[in-house]
Formats: sequence, C-alpha cells, structure tokens
Amino acid sequence: MITKHPARLFVVSVKKRYLLLSQLMEQANSTSPAVTKKRSKLSRKLSDFFKSVYNIHLFILRFFREAFVAPFEFKEIVRQCYEVGVRSFTLITVTGFIVGFIFTKQSRPSLLEFGAQSWIPKLVSIAIMRALAPLVTALIASGKVGSSIGAELSSMRVTEQIDAMEVSGTKPFKFLVCTRVLATTITIPILATYTGFIALFGGYLNVAQNEGTSWSAFMQEVFKPLEFLDFTASLIKSIVFGFTIGIVGCYQGYYSNKGTEGVGKAANGAVVTAMFLVFIEEVIIVQITGNFR
Amino acid sequence: MQKPKAHIDYNNPVIKIRGVKKAFEDYAVLRGIDLDLFQGENLVVLGRSGTGKSVLIKLVSGLLKPDAGTINVLGKEVTEISDKELQELRIRIGFSFQNSALYDSMTVRKNLEFPLVRNRKGITRKEIDKAVHEVLESVGLLQAINQMPSELSGGQRKRIGIARTLILNPEIMLYDEPTAGLDPITCTDINELINQVQQQYHTSSIIITHDLTCAKETGDRVAMLLDGQFRRVGTFDEVFDTNDERVKPFYDYNFIQ
Repeated sequence: MITKHPARLFVVSVKKRYLLLSQLMEQANSTSPAVTKKRSKLSRKLSDFFKSVYNIHLFILRFFREAFVAPFEFKEIVRQCYEVGVRSFTLITVTGFIVGFIFTKQSRPSLLEFGAQSWIPKLVSIAIMRALAPLVTALIASGKVGSSIGAELSSMRVTEQIDAMEVSGTKPFKFLVCTRVLATTITIPILATYTGFIALFGGYLNVAQNEGTSWSAFMQEVFKPLEFLDFTASLIKSIVFGFTIGIVGCYQGYYSNKGTEGVGKAANGAVVTAMFLVFIEEVIIVQITGNFR
Repeated sequence: MQKPKAHIDYNNPVIKIRGVKKAFEDYAVLRGIDLDLFQGENLVVLGRSGTGKSVLIKLVSGLLKPDAGTINVLGKEVTEISDKELQELRIRIGFSFQNSALYDSMTVRKNLEFPLVRNRKGITRKEIDKAVHEVLESVGLLQAINQMPSELSGGQRKRIGIARTLILNPEIMLYDEPTAGLDPITCTDINELINQVQQQYHTSSIIITHDLTCAKETGDRVAMLLDGQFRRVGTFDEVFDTNDERVKPFYDYNFIQ
C-alpha cells in the first residue's frame, strides 16, 4: 500500500468512509427488530444520499484526472464553447438589459428621497458587477445550458451511444464530460462580463432618460467605485458557477436512469441542483471575499 | 439463403466463458454459464426476451462485470485486466448495438471517423477517407456518407452501425439483435451482411437474437439460453431436434405460425 500514489490513497480513504457510513446505516436498519417502516425509508434515503455524494465526489475527481491529460479534445471544447455561448446569448442579452434597466429604475425613488440621484451609476455598477451579472448569467445558463447538457447526455445514455463509445475503445468521459465542463467553465465568465456591460447599458438608458447624462460621464462614474477585487471576485464566482453548471448537468445526464423518464429527470435535476448550488456558492464566495475588503 | 462455408478453427477458442453468474438485485439472469466461441465461427445465442442474452455480450465487452466466473477474450481475462488493457482489447472487438447507437449529432462520415481517429494515432486524412469509403462500400451505403443518422432507415442505421465497428478491423463481432424491428427483406439483407463480414473480415461472432431465420441463416452453431444456462448447444438442426417443451414452442412459433 505504501507504493500507492497519495491521491489514490486519498480516494480510497474517502471511498471507505462513504461506504462505511452507508453500511452502518444499512446494518442499523437490518439488525434492529423494532425498526419502523418510516425509519427504514429514512435510513435508505440517507444511505442513498451518502452514496450519491460519494459518486459526485468520484465524478469530480475523475474530471480532474482526465481533463488535463493528453490527448485533448480541442475541437470539441471549442464547439461546446460555441454551443454554450450561442444557446444563452439572446436570453442573456435581453435579461441583462432588463435587469440593469429595472434595477436602476427601482433604485431611483429611494435615492431621490435623500437627494442622492447622482449616486445611481455607482450603486448600479457595484450591484451589477459584484453580484447581479455573475448570478443572473449563472441562473440563465443553469436553465438553458445545464438542462440541455443533462438531457443530451441522458438521451445518449438511453440510446446506448455512450456504451458505443466505450466499446469502441474511446473515452466517452473525456469526450462528453470534460469538454462540456471546460466549455461552461470558460464561457460563463465571458457571458457574465457581457451581461455586466449589457446591464450597465440598460442602467445608462434609464439614467439618460431621466438625467440626460452622457455615455462617457456615466461610464466614468460607473468605474469609480469598482476595485480590482470586485472584478477578481466576480471572475472567480463566474468560473465556479460555470464549473458547477457543467459538472451537475454532466453528472445528471451521464448517470441517468434508462428510459425516456430518465431524460426528463436528468434535465430537471440538472437545473434544480445547479441553481441551488449557485446560490450556496454565491453566499460562500461573498463571505470569503468580504474578508479581503 | 444458403450460408457460405466458414473456415472455423475448433482448436482455437477466441472467447472462453466459465461459470459466469450475473444477477440484478435479487434476479439471477445468468446462473453459471460456460461457452466457447471458436476462431472464424458465427455463434448464435437464442433465448426469450429478458433471459440475459444482451447481458452476456455486455459482460464479454466489459460493459458489465460478472458476479462470479471468468471471461477470457483473445487470451485476456476481462475481469482482471486494467482499464488501459480493456480499452486496447475493445479495439479488437466490434459491438453492433440493437438500436445501432449512432452518434446522432454527427454525420455518417463523422460516426465512422470517430473511433478511427481516436484509436489510430498518426493516421492521415487520406488514410481516414480511404478507410471510411472502403467500409461504407462493404455495407453498400457509400451514398449515405454525408447524411445524418436521423435521415436513415432502420436497416441503413444497422448497416452503418456495423460499418462503424468494422472500421477498426475487429477480430470478434458482437451483434445485439441485428434484425430486431426490421422487415423480412431487410432482415435477409442484414443476415447476408453478417455472413459477408465473417467471410471478408475473418471475424468470429456472437449473434444475439430471438429470430430463428437469422439464427439459421447466419449461425454455424446455436446456443439456447434457458433459465440462465445454456441448455442446448449445437448446429441449428441439433438444437431443435428435441421434444423439450421449453425449446419446441420457440421453433413452432417462428416457423409454423
């Protein structure tokens, strides 16, 4: 065992831990004579939960093990980046614009009360660049891209296309999963930056409508309160969101149940889980970056 | 259709299956099966739906793992070899899926190129095109080269599926229900193609089916899977020369009704 690679030892120990937990739950269920039906169901659900946490863990480790080892599927990564970008582009443009416009419009009355309407560009820029742009992009991409990845891989599983790749000596995980996860991780930060500028443009239209501010004056005000940390935090957030959307969509699709029901469940699971995780990650990253301000 | 004479080496088994068991939860599908596939032979595995015929070839290709027993393919124990060795072994095995399993986002050409490009390092564009054209010609579908799988008929999809496996020049072919869902004329075409592949590519094949016409036209030997075990193995006539109540209805339904 001493000759094993440390990373492998870590995987083995994690595997043992999860399996032990799941075995303990099954034992508790089977040995106790007074166990109720309800408790048994709960125990099974918890056991399934630990098993799926363990499987996701392995899935992520497998991604890192395969994604950065040659041969690389560059063409497929570029194709997937294009797909992710094109699929979400229109929706993100419209949503980004509306978010910027409405946010500015709704903020105005509160600031007007204090005679602080000149702060609108700063407020809008901080809100959009720090939080709204990555979050809105991630939510739109979860719905549009995540579901599409989940459904696509799941239907490939159902129609045995993934098995066909496996038996032809190719690596379906590398071709299907690694490329898609890398594509979302690369493209979503780009889309988030784009969303930010579109939202600022929406905000500008509202400001120009009311105050008659010029574009250059607005942009000068917009960038004043922003620090390097804001851009870095926003970029890190988008990368994490992109990775999450990709990995969740791929996991749901790659290991979906057979049958058409599995396709629907995979698409739905990809959206719901990705959105939930995006919010959790948002909270965690905001807390962490807050310590650096 | 008369099956062409095959050159079978009965001293050289390419697949040796011993005591293989496989269960899904509480349901035991395969209950200790033994089987040999000899060099150059077409072996048909017959059985009712749900008897584990497809499970058998998935075990052979390493897509599933047996609960017990050993599977030796081309001298390698499938259950004991590393992932890398399994990948190398799979290149020598062609697997034709029941629903063809063509990659529906790719054209026929891309479908055929996919395994070739990834398994033959340093292959040139010219060599790829030559291999694709050759294999499409051998299945008689050169005209479909730029079509999408959704534009093909069921029979054409089966042929392209077979062509995709042939492009790597496999030594063993595994056919999962090659004639399922096809009209009788297309079935005959597919049966002819299976025999043609045996002759042209010198493959040894396991053909999973419940179609007795396919079994008769393509099989050098037939193995009947009953209750998770091979109860009758031999030539087509030997297998059905019986009064076994579990075998006779199978024959009667196919050829009398």
